[in-house]
Amino acid sequence: MTKTNDQRQIQSDFDLQQKALGRRKFLRNTGAALTAGALVSMIACDKDDDNDGVNFGSGDFAILNYAYALEQLEAAFYIQVITTPYTGISSAESSLLTDIRDHEIAHREFFKAALGTNAIQALEVDFSSVNFNSRDSVLMTAKAFEDLGVSAYNGAGRYIASVDYLLLAGKIVSVEARHAAYIRDLLSNGSFADSTVIDANGLEMSRKPRAVLDIAKTYIKTKLNASSLPA
Amino acid sequence: MNTLKVLNIISEQDPEIFDRIDTRRKAMHAFSGLGKKIALISAPFMLGTVLNKAYGQSPSSSVIDVLNFALTLEYLEYEFYLKATSSAGLIPAGAATAAITTIRDHELAHVNFLKTAITGSGGTPVAKPTFDFSGGNGTGTGPFAAAFSNYQLFLAVAQTLEDTGVRAYKGQAGNLIGSDDVLEAALNIHSVEARHASHVRQMRKANNFGDVKPWITGKDTGGIGALVQANYDGEELTTQAGVNIINIGGQSISANAASESFDEPLTTAQVLALVDGFIAA
Repeated sequence: MTKTNDQRQIQSDFDLQQKALGRRKFLRNTGAALTAGALVSMIACDKDDDNDGVNFGSGDFAILNYAYALEQLEAAFYIQVITTPYTGISSAESSLLTDIRDHEIAHREFFKAALGTNAIQALEVDFSSVNFNSRDSVLMTAKAFEDLGVSAYNGAGRYIASVDYLLLAGKIVSVEARHAAYIRDLLSNGSFADSTVIDANGLEMSRKPRAVLDIAKTYIKTKLNASSLPA
Repeated sequence: MNTLKVLNIISEQDPEIFDRIDTRRKAMHAFSGLGKKIALISAPFMLGTVLNKAYGQSPSSSVIDVLNFALTLEYLEYEFYLKATSSAGLIPAGAATAAITTIRDHELAHVNFLKTAITGSGGTPVAKPTFDFSGGNGTGTGPFAAAFSNYQLFLAVAQTLEDTGVRAYKGQAGNLIGSDDVLEAALNIHSVEARHASHVRQMRKANNFGDVKPWITGKDTGGIGALVQANYDGEELTTQAGVNIINIGGQSISANAASESFDEPLTTAQVLALVDGFIAA
């Protein structure tokens, strides 16, 4: 495709912005495939950002990147749990927590593959508040992550435009809910669906993306820019 | 055998449901191949646009069909647990009774919530069917006839109903795109059913009723067997949106883990066929 001067200028502006954000690789991989229209919309999106940090993109990509960020966090957590098991871990717990680790890695890698060149970078995590030797500390953190994950998918469904990706989010969220119930029962048998997560109508809670990231950011060192996500 | 009993019940309120479901199923089938191809080149917007044209302005009556379908399943679950908790000596006192009571009360809350939602949307909630929990289509002599006297069989049916309920809600998500509040409420129920499923599976494991994990491995019934195999068929999927999950990204992900990582949906027609034996009239 022959580029007009305007398109070249757009490309140049886009280059500068991506460089500033440290995402040269992203551009190299995607630039050729993007239409000028897509570039303009992405630049418009970037111009709206009033701060730095990892940008999630727009539309369904933003929601998928948001899910990808959460799955990265969960996968990193369970990888650490299995690498340095807590004192007194039973063989059943070890086996099922290894399953959960693999599920979260599968989710993380799925989103990475589905997003392709639109994927955000690998995030650096911060688990300094977790004592991985302590069963209570590990399971309380796992419970918080799983409940948070379910509420995040429940709240994000309405923002997904693609029926395929809505279904995929549905396929994942019920697995997260199975995890959540199991972890909760490990901490206190029978707490799999208690009133802290289920309301009087029998509905589980939802959280909006930015509210979720406000909670998750305690565990994420990489600076995130949630401005393109629904408040 | 009347495999369309529930549909007939719903059609009393909505005479066009047969046409609607059939049309939608054809549309979904036509799009399913396209979706896989498009997902690979990361163009969800395009697909979203096409489907929004098909479903975005869905008449509220089709949303009410979904809600009435969900209500029928919730009636089934609630009545099942109500009967179980009323059956003396079936469920051990203590943690087991507490857990099943919690689940029963959630199903009742879902029944009431859905009735209110349907009425609030201008629809009429379907009447509660007469159930035959033996799975005998009203004969009372089906394969699960001992479910309220045999704890192992009771938990087997409970697991199957919960896992199937998760699949049923998941299968309706696409029909609710654009009806944001209803979609979100359905998701809010869906994850509760998954929590129930996880716990019931743990109960079966703890009682040595089956070698079963809180999640579904392959299409394994967890030792329940052929009677409920159809409820698990399709769960063995290891490819999602054209992406192979086994060893994805150079990670060591087994086929079992790949299938466990994603729960699979069922269509309306599949679910109705699966629960048909429980409907007497």
